[in-house]
Amino acid sequence: MEAFGLLLHGFAVLLTWKTLVLMMVGLVLGIFVGVLPGLGGPNGVAILLPLTFTMDPTSAIVMLSCIYWGALFGGAITSILFNIPGEAWSVATTFDGYPMAQQGRAAEALTAAFTSSFIGSLVAVLLITFLAPMISSFALKFGPPEFFAVYLLTFCSFVGLGREAKHKTIISMSLGLLLAGVGMDTVSGQLRMTFGSAELLRGINFLVAVIGLFGISEILLTMEERLALRGHAASISLRVVLSVWKDLPKYWVTLLRSSFIGCWLGITPGGAIAASFMGYNLAKRFAKDPESFGKGRIEGVFAPETAAHASGTSALLPMLALGIPGSGTAAILLGGLMVWGLNPGPLLFVEHKDFVWGLIASMYLGNVVGLVLVLTTVPIFASILRVPFAAVAPMIVVSCAIGAYAIQNAMFDIWLMLGFGVVGYVFKKIGIPLAPFTLALVLGNRAEDAFRLSMIGAGGDLKVFWSNGLVGSITTLAIVLLFWPVIDRVLAGLKGARCRQTA
Amino acid sequence: MRIPVKAVVAAATLLSSAPAFAGWEPAKPVEIVVAAGAGGASDQMARMMQAAIQKNNLMKQPVVVSLKGGASGAEALMYMKSSDGDPNKVLIAYSLIYMLPLSAKIPFNWRELTPVSVIALDQFVLWDNSAGPKTVKEFVAAAKAASSPFKMGGTGSKREDHVLTVFLEQKTGAKFSYLPYKSGGEAATQLVGNHTESNVNNPSENLEVWRAGQVRPLCVFDKERISYTSKVTETQSWADIPTCKEEGIDVQYLMLRAMFLPGKVTPEQQAFYVDLFHKVTQTAEYKDYMEKQALKPIFLTGKDMVQFLEEDDATNKSLMTEAGFVAK
Repeated sequence: MEAFGLLLHGFAVLLTWKTLVLMMVGLVLGIFVGVLPGLGGPNGVAILLPLTFTMDPTSAIVMLSCIYWGALFGGAITSILFNIPGEAWSVATTFDGYPMAQQGRAAEALTAAFTSSFIGSLVAVLLITFLAPMISSFALKFGPPEFFAVYLLTFCSFVGLGREAKHKTIISMSLGLLLAGVGMDTVSGQLRMTFGSAELLRGINFLVAVIGLFGISEILLTMEERLALRGHAASISLRVVLSVWKDLPKYWVTLLRSSFIGCWLGITPGGAIAASFMGYNLAKRFAKDPESFGKGRIEGVFAPETAAHASGTSALLPMLALGIPGSGTAAILLGGLMVWGLNPGPLLFVEHKDFVWGLIASMYLGNVVGLVLVLTTVPIFASILRVPFAAVAPMIVVSCAIGAYAIQNAMFDIWLMLGFGVVGYVFKKIGIPLAPFTLALVLGNRAEDAFRLSMIGAGGDLKVFWSNGLVGSITTLAIVLLFWPVIDRVLAGLKGARCRQTA
Repeated sequence: MRIPVKAVVAAATLLSSAPAFAGWEPAKPVEIVVAAGAGGASDQMARMMQAAIQKNNLMKQPVVVSLKGGASGAEALMYMKSSDGDPNKVLIAYSLIYMLPLSAKIPFNWRELTPVSVIALDQFVLWDNSAGPKTVKEFVAAAKAASSPFKMGGTGSKREDHVLTVFLEQKTGAKFSYLPYKSGGEAATQLVGNHTESNVNNPSENLEVWRAGQVRPLCVFDKERISYTSKVTETQSWADIPTCKEEGIDVQYLMLRAMFLPGKVTPEQQAFYVDLFHKVTQTAEYKDYMEKQALKPIFLTGKDMVQFLEEDDATNKSLMTEAGFVAK
């Protein structure tokens, strides 16, 4: 149990008043930047990074990783209260979290989100603690075909398992894929669909689109309907927290499944974003009454949040062991490590044991302290909904605009955000789901690159997607999920036939 | 977001008891613009300079690193181009300033920016997996004998890595399929995982996996060997890597790392940054970084720099033309 001893050593390093204070400060700052839509994890951590330059490495790590935890926790708050996801992986949280808030169950939804974040991260940290060396060699198995198979799996699970009309899901996804193609194409080195505009060079930023599609369009809808946020009856006592916890054991399957999906996709470099969508879709698939999802079901918050945080946490592993950041925020942390001369790579675990185990220990502590901190603030955040809509709406619009601007310091992005607001409004009116659109926008490019790299490498032979056990099983699973409705019917038909025969 | 920014600025200003300067100096935080993604060679260098400036109190104002790697770095170029007259933004440039306008027809010309200084030259090394062929000769022979072309990983398309691959093909007669990844870090891991047979990464991009014994340097694309002789792995130093020319492949390429201000800044503003980066090159952080990442030290400003840039531009243009990468 070498790992255990090292971990205890890590705790010993951390348990001083000074580091505990830093931890609290980091968490509060993190929650703060996480709450502002668009500013979110990556930008927040980037802004706060220089704060740590003058500290000793251990304090700096603690502070930074706590900002990271804080931002992760904070991202759920805006998703639930205002339907504005702060990070890519908070999108799925809005599906049921926001309806819950509208029904006056904001405190319940927030508690569920924070608790499942905690559980997801905890499972992932345990995994990192005991399996780190094995996992980094697993991540190395991923070449272009494997990456493509994972993305394909995510897309297919959306089409096959979604409850919306298939053609609408596909329309929405195709539009997302189209927009994902704007900008520089890495594989050919050419510009696509920029029409000579310098603003379009960057491509369409996912977060700008999401802030518009979800946040602005929601404001438009609410204005049209009755100028009121429907959260007045939000009960805001700590008793809510306990009652959610009491029900927790009922959802152990969902929590376990989502943790597993999260960890698996998180250690796949770059796979973390897909995790929350898959966690949500699978929970829906295996539920007895899938129709109740999307209408404010607590499981719909548990599933994506657990998966998102399991993957967000385990994404730190490829970053440390391979130098490949699994998320935007992890990428900024990577920059931070380099400032202290800690170069992520296979030798980091060997040469800088103190640092690595200090970081892992701070994941445990930061998580626990973070949970307590955010839970005590649930009443405060939930009470935001009591403020009249007329007062809150302009503030939301302004903070959306600031967020959209801050991502790339571009005025053009604010116009783009407003444009997406209108698109989101129209989509909601004609019943086209937004989630496949956002998924395609965020993963479209990577999926395309992975596919084309696979094709270059294999000389255009599609058999490469079945060339080994790993990629073959993922691809096959993807295709099964795509045709799941058909397969399901056939299986049911066979069963029916057999019943009739035996009868 | 107002509070954290203010807090950072306040904290940073308090901490730096800056030296007195005659003439112009920045009144706002200075932004180092990186034309690449997080963790790449440019980003690492920007972080080193950020730390060197703040730890040695070289400037009153704090330094922020802003990553503008979108559109393979074109985002950073257009950002600088649109910031005429803004003396608070410095671009850390590399060969993309010559190549992107040619390959992707980006409306950009480095002559529109204000040159500050060339601060380093970066090497390129041919690497293979440590389980692969041990010498350049064996590597070339294996590449020629292979039934499907060897896979060469690199960063971006129609850029320095791709150009080197084309010239490697021309000089050896072996065929490679070039796989353009998003970053050098990704190209490194893909080589370790055996998804490619080789890459032509900069030393800094493969350093960690080399030290871990997962990849092997075959040769360096320069006239002379790298000068650093202290051991990097148990048995080898940078100087132990032969040049490709020694091994019979006459291909050379060095890449500039240079600082630029936007166009239309005043000579005083330019002079401030020339002085600042000169001081940076004197710091322990810089020297340590140069050796660790096996960069070639160089410091050029003024006329020398412009002359260097013109010559370098011409070289890159002819390489790109010969490789067939210039967009019609």
